[in-house]
Amino acid sequence: MEQQKAIIETQELTKAYNGQAAVDRLSFNVNEGEIFGFLGPNGAGKTTTLLMLLGLTEPTAGKARVLGVDPARDPVRVKGMIGYLPENMGFYRDMNAWQSLMYIAELNGLSQDAANRRIESALRTVSLLNESKKEVGSYSRGMRQRLGIAEVLVKEPKVAFLDEPTLGLDPDTANRMIELVEGLCRVKGMTVLLSSHLLHQVQKICHRVGIMINGRMVAQGQMDQLAEEKLGVGREQYTLEEIYMKYFREA
Amino acid sequence: MNGIKVIFKKELSDHFSSYRFLLLFAMIVMVSLVTVYMAGMGITKDLEGVAKPKFVFLMLFTSSGMQFSLVQFVAFFGPLIGLILGFDTINRERNEGTLSKLLSQPIYRDAVINGKFLAGVFIITVIMASVMLFISAMGLMTIGVIPGIEEVWRMFIYLVISIFYISFWLGLAILFSILFRNVATSALAAMAMWIFFSFFVSIGANAFASALTPDAGESDPESAIRRARIEKALSLTSPMELYTDSTATIIDPMRRTPRSFIQMGFMEQLSMARFSGPLSLGQSVLVVLPYIISLMAITVLCFAISYAVFMRQEIRSL
Ligand SMILES: Nc1ncnc2c1ncn2[C@@H]1O[C@H](COP(=O)(O)OP(=O)(O)O)[C@@H](O)[C@H]1O
Ligand SMILES: [Mg+2]
Repeated sequence: MEQQKAIIETQELTKAYNGQAAVDRLSFNVNEGEIFGFLGPNGAGKTTTLLMLLGLTEPTAGKARVLGVDPARDPVRVKGMIGYLPENMGFYRDMNAWQSLMYIAELNGLSQDAANRRIESALRTVSLLNESKKEVGSYSRGMRQRLGIAEVLVKEPKVAFLDEPTLGLDPDTANRMIELVEGLCRVKGMTVLLSSHLLHQVQKICHRVGIMINGRMVAQGQMDQLAEEKLGVGREQYTLEEIYMKYFREA
Repeated sequence: MNGIKVIFKKELSDHFSSYRFLLLFAMIVMVSLVTVYMAGMGITKDLEGVAKPKFVFLMLFTSSGMQFSLVQFVAFFGPLIGLILGFDTINRERNEGTLSKLLSQPIYRDAVINGKFLAGVFIITVIMASVMLFISAMGLMTIGVIPGIEEVWRMFIYLVISIFYISFWLGLAILFSILFRNVATSALAAMAMWIFFSFFVSIGANAFASALTPDAGESDPESAIRRARIEKALSLTSPMELYTDSTATIIDPMRRTPRSFIQMGFMEQLSMARFSGPLSLGQSVLVVLPYIISLMAITVLCFAISYAVFMRQEIRSL
């Protein structure tokens, strides 16, 4: 396998709230063009890690680099290069989809022409072009989540952080969301860091996963590799759920 | 810089399309029209058959038609404009989950506060400027006097001080919207501050001054003066007091000092009566400058606290 370029690197990254470590000496890499699944139960520290990588929260200790930039030092530059879909993302209710995206585009300093072009293409990608003049307040949860993805796409980022992108979606909608994300990675070559506690939904698209429990990353690697290590079974005889439960019991 | 501009623009269009702004505007315009209409009627009646004093036009703002003059009205209700515009600035975005999205764009955190504050100041300017224009138009109609150049200047300075004053309350409301996650709590806290400064500071200043200087009756003017000084100094902790004192001298040129008469000696009062010519514009400004600076200083203080708190706050919505 060729030597891959790490786009995100962390070393002993730590975040403590009131002396309690929410993220505990986390070290991992994400390579260019891959979908990295960041898995773990609620409260494992996934969101906290993403916030540190975005420069929205200061780490207590340790280092992080995103596209060669330290997010704690230069958050504005990092935020310009990353598209972020927050967990429980909200929208301005009285704006329509187009206006929402235009606001994002302007905040990113895009020219009017570029903004219009990118908004149209983003809306087409998430199939919301026909509904783009409706107020976001009337959108279903699935549509909002897709609009969230469109807000990521407008930035045309090299890297996207998607925090629980399938949370609260019915299985069918969740599936389409996952396929959408896979398409972005395949077609646009986007690197995706995706967090989820719903393993069965994301397992088929992640190239590599990291399993996080109580702020520590207990395992990382390709799923085949993890399965063999832990369950002693070969390919196709496991689900991510099983691997995960194994680690969970040990922790 | 780009961040501030974009946020400013968005907030402004939000304000202009909101019912909150519409109702606020309608209310303010109604009250000031009534006040000034009454004041105008009063002035015309008083001036019948009398030589016109200088600065008749300015009396529109200071003469109390029904209950209070416009200057008093703005001193008391102006804060509400600032509070209503700002009490849910940050916490609403936090509760709706839009704050993390906004802050994950390539902007500095303070751009959010600055953009929103400036949009509020713009709205305040629009409201106050239109109120003053309404009043001037009404004044032209009811008393039929055209303001002189100096009167226009004084009105302009009054407008600027009023905008600063209301902006202070806007800044305070934004601070509360950062400190409290619940919108109702921040609204209540802001109202509490308003009531505290409107009533308690003056009552408290009076009580405190009385306690410090026991009343020795009329035989001891010294202690009466001392008491008045203490009371004044204490009440200056209230932005209302700063505002009333500074605008009074600007809009009412016959006043030479923002202090009350009791603090002047007898001879001083006499000479004031004898030479009751108006203060020149430059002198008026000199007299009120310290008040204006204090007003700006407390606004800056509000901001400093807002920045300090907001920069360290966790932005996640839950
Ligand atoms: N602002 C905060 N103050 C104190 N503790 C927090 C704060 N935010 C998160 N935590 C704690 O940090 C831990 C990790 O949370 P989080 O990163 O949201 O987990 P995940 O996204 O994996 O569900 C949790 O135990 C949570 O209670
Ligand atoms: Mg989370």
